[in-house]
This record gives sequence, structure tokens and C-alpha cells, in this order.
Amino acid sequence: MSFLLIIRIAFALLMARWKQTLVAAIGIAFSITMFITLLGFMGGLNDMLDGLLLNRTPHIRLYNEIKAPETQPVNLLPGYQQHYNFVRSIKPKNERLQIYNIAAVEKALKEDNRVIGFAPKITAQVFYNVGATDLNGLINGIDVAGENKLFLFSDYVVAGNSSDLNTIPNSIILGKGVAEKTFTNIGDIIQVTTSKGESRQLKVVGFFQSGIQEIDKVQSYASLKTTQNLMVETGSYITDLQVKLNDLTQAPAMAKEYEKLFSVDAVDIQTANSQFETGSKVRTLISYAVGITLLIVAGFGIYNILNMMIYEKMDSIAILKATGFSGKDVNRIFLCIALTIGITGGITGLIMGLGLSSVIDQIPFNTPSLPTIKTYPVNYNPYFYIIGGIFALITTYFAGYFPSRKASKMDPVTIIRGK
Amino acid sequence: MSNATVILEARKISKYFHDPLTVQVLNEVSFSVNAGEFIAVIGKSGCGKSTLLYVLSTMDTDYEGNVFLKGENLKGKKDTELAKIRNNSIGFVFQFHYLLNEFTVIKNVMLPGLKKGEFSEKEVEHRAYEKLRILGIQDEALKMPNQLSGGQKQRVAIARALINNPLIIMGDEPTGNLDKKNSDIVFNIFSDLCKDFNQTLLIVTHDMEFAHKTQRIIEMEDGKIISG
Repeated sequence: MSFLLIIRIAFALLMARWKQTLVAAIGIAFSITMFITLLGFMGGLNDMLDGLLLNRTPHIRLYNEIKAPETQPVNLLPGYQQHYNFVRSIKPKNERLQIYNIAAVEKALKEDNRVIGFAPKITAQVFYNVGATDLNGLINGIDVAGENKLFLFSDYVVAGNSSDLNTIPNSIILGKGVAEKTFTNIGDIIQVTTSKGESRQLKVVGFFQSGIQEIDKVQSYASLKTTQNLMVETGSYITDLQVKLNDLTQAPAMAKEYEKLFSVDAVDIQTANSQFETGSKVRTLISYAVGITLLIVAGFGIYNILNMMIYEKMDSIAILKATGFSGKDVNRIFLCIALTIGITGGITGLIMGLGLSSVIDQIPFNTPSLPTIKTYPVNYNPYFYIIGGIFALITTYFAGYFPSRKASKMDPVTIIRGK
Repeated sequence: MSNATVILEARKISKYFHDPLTVQVLNEVSFSVNAGEFIAVIGKSGCGKSTLLYVLSTMDTDYEGNVFLKGENLKGKKDTELAKIRNNSIGFVFQFHYLLNEFTVIKNVMLPGLKKGEFSEKEVEHRAYEKLRILGIQDEALKMPNQLSGGQKQRVAIARALINNPLIIMGDEPTGNLDKKNSDIVFNIFSDLCKDFNQTLLIVTHDMEFAHKTQRIIEMEDGKIISG
């Protein structure tokens, strides 16, 4: 009963000054709109930039690195085990790049439920032979189906069809930059020479464009079988296993685990691309800072309007107190006004933010480096909306708190005697 | 004054103003108000009569001495308790009407009743109409306060003071802003309330003519009661 009455009085005071109230609510609505739009847009951009790399980067890559053995024979000699032994000019062993016992490793990965999937890969250093010159290059032998599923390979194939790699023998998809440098078109034959001196003629069935020029200028894709042929290796020759996980954050720990378990080298995505994460973090931080500043400014607007309202309504406050409303009741009335402004402004802002975000989502955004993006990217993370809503409430609460306290402390006698 | 039950009692009330200099405004004022009395407090400007009224009204808590309302000591009570006492037991009429312009006349009268929460809204409304009818302004019930004349507004303020059937009505120059005709109307209302409903009234006034028509006059000078 008492609470309803307080709401009614608050509402009456609100309506008596509805223009100022509206301005205050618009202030909050505007800042929430900008907060949501800013974060949504920034978030979308971050996702896109991360996606540029992360989509095509395995969470864990298993491979064999060519390196010198860690223990040298001298260390095993009984008399020298307690010594520091300096051995100069150590050369790596004649090791193969291939992952040993690939079938068992694949079976173990398949049974690990932290793993979404994995795709085998072979990397082969080659030269593209163009007339008299040889261009440096790298052919990735891939399992097309797996690569499509895990790393959206076909999204980046800008001409031709990725499945042709499987159906047409000795076929290749060239990086856009490679194709430009070698003046090749789809249907042409390109000659490649491996580092071991083997030459093959491959049919160009498509182009791919990753958006990262350095990659497009060098890399090409072929099927596993074609690459194994090129390398004159058997069907079990796999140099890389690209693993995708359910939870990205587990990658560093699992990389270490696999390193021990399979005795291979393993690198996780965080280690391989630490600069990306830092970039997105800083961008997100900046958008939050700007958004929250907007909200605080809007909060000051509410504070001002309530302060004015309290001076204007001093008489009413005095008489309410004289007729039996306590300081607490008066406090509640003004808090109620502030929160009403906050809630209506906040909800309007959230809806308008969603609207503005979806408008931005429709604006065309074509760039040659990002073939999959057609409009400006926007992230509709509900988390932004929750934070925006909560922050609107908190700001208005504090903007209302101080004026309300002032009103509740107001002495009715001084006001009434002043007349 | 006869068959007296004491409603309000002031015992040795002293009060000081500290700004800019410490001045004693009330000097050990003691008196009591009996049920059904119609009392006028008179005195020159600055003699402390309004200050005394505000101390008695519980709105001013910065005083020495004790105030008893129906035997209950009001000293040291909390803000919410005092608010409740004002709501239940004291009706106020000031020089200025202090009606809330955002509400209709009837809602203005109802507010303290709704705050008390003793009756349903319908019942409070019914009672408010009753009070307006006693004061002869029931036809103005649905108007906004700024559509009324000064005298009518003051009558609405009286109706508001009556809504919770208070033990005592306190007035601070309730006719101070009114012309002769309206002053008379207000006095007659007070006088009728006293006669017909045995309402206790304590009115601070400058208006000697008004004061002389009441039952008892308390005259103050320099913070002391000199007669009554």
C-alpha cells in the first residue's frame, strides 16, 4: 500500500515535469544505444579479424621439427656425466618430417572428447617453374573434406571448386598471388619442382585468397595423395596434424600433453599468435571505456534534473513530511523517479541499440582481402545487452541517490517558516 | 478547561538558535492542552510562538525539555516514528496552503490517509468527501488546486489536516494570507469543529480579533508565556 502510494506520487511528480524527464530518459537511451552499437560493431570487427587468422589456424598443430638431438653421446659417458660438456657445431639428425605411427595418433585423437576434429596435412617446399625462373612456393597437401569442415577452406576458394582437388588427379588450387605472378588461369598446367628435385605438372583447378597477401603469394593447395606423389612418399606420409578443440583456452595445456604422449612437437594457437589476442583485448577495453563514459555523462544529466526537481518541489517535500511521510519515504519517491527514468531510458536504448546494430549489419562492406564478408560485421552478444542494462540501472541509481538523500534530509520547518 | 484530559503537554521547553549568534528563543515554556480546547497563541513577531508550535508538532527535534502527546514522551524518537505520529495524531494548517499541484483536490486530501494505510482507498476517498462536505467545498473535489481561490485552498488544507481524525490540529497563521471574509469563514470552521466534533485546536496567530473569539489565549513574549 505504502509502496504503491510512493510510486503514485513519484509518477505524478514525473508527469508534472515530463519534458525534463523525457530529456533525461533520452540521454540514457542515447548512451545505451551507442554503448550497444559500439560494442556490437567492435565485437563484430574483432571476431572478423580474429576469424581471419583463427578460422584457418589449428588450435594445436602436431609436427616433427628438425633439430639437433638434446643428448649428445659424451653426456652418456660415465666419466663425464657430472660435467658441463660443450659440443660445438651440432648438426641435426637425418630425421624425417613425417609424424611416426600416424594411425595410432589419429585413433587417440578420435577418442579424445576434448577434440572437435583434426585434419592431416603435408607441407612441401616447391618451386613454381615459370619459363626460365623458379618462384619459391609451398604446397599444402590437405584432406579437402576435413579442411572444409574445420577450417572453412572452401570459403577462401574464390574461383573453381575445392572438391575438384579430390576428383581431378594431379590438380592444384593456387594462391591468388601465385596465379598472378605465374600468369596462370584455371585449366592451365603449372610445373612444380620439389626440394628433392622431382618435377610434376599439375592442373590448376581454382584460386584461393586468404586475405593475407604474404600467404597468397606463396602457398597453394593440393590433395594429400597428389602431394604424397609429388614427394615420392607413401600414403602414411603426413607432416602435420591440425587439431581443433572444443575449448580454445585448453590448447596450451593439451599441446604439452600431446607432446609427451605422441613424442612429437606441438604448438598451441596462443603461443603461435599471441599478438592477436592482445589486439582484441585492447580494442574491447577501449569500446567499454567509451561506452561507460557515455553512460556516466547521461547519469550526470539525471542528477541535474533531479536536483532541479527537488528545489522546485521543496514545498511539496515539506508538506509530505509534515503530513506524515518520513525522510525514508521521500528518499524512495525520488529514487523511484530516477529509476523510472533509468529503466525506460535503458530499455529504449537497448531496443534502439539492437536496431542500429542491425542497420549497420546491412551496410555493404566489400573488400578484396575478405572474400567472405559482404556487410559490416556486428556481434549480437547478449552479454553486451546485459551489461548495458545493468549499467543503466546502476548509473541512474547513483544519479538519484544523492539528490534523494538531500531531499530526505530537508528540514520541513525551514521551508515552511521561510514563507 | 473542565473535565480535562490532557492531550498535549510541554514541560520546560527551551530552544536556541545558533546561527549567526546563539539566541535563546524559548525559555522553559511549560503548558498543557486539554481535549476539546480551542487555543490561540499570540505575541509579537519573534517572540517564539511559531518556534514553539514546530517543537510541539514534532517537526523540530532540536530542543531541551519534554513534549508529551497523550502521555507519550516524544523526545528521542526516530524520524520514522515521529512521521507516523504526525500522520496519525496531528493535523497541520499553515499560512500557505501547500497543496500538491500535481494532484486533484480530493487526492490532496486523501494523501495522508493513504499514507496511514488504515482504510482501503475507497474508504479514504469516502472520508475525504465527508471532510470536504463539512467544509462546504465538496463540489471542488475533482478540480486541480490552482483552479481554486485562496480561501478555498485553505479549506482544502484544513480538510487534509482532518483526514486522519487527529488528536489536535495545529495552525501557524492559518488566516495570515486571507482577507476578512475568508478569515471569518476559516474561523467559523475551526469553531464548528471544536463545538460539533470536540476537536482540539492550537492556533498561532497575529490576528487579535481571531484570537479573542477563541476559548483560551496564550500570550508569549521573549520566549516565555506571560499569560494563559
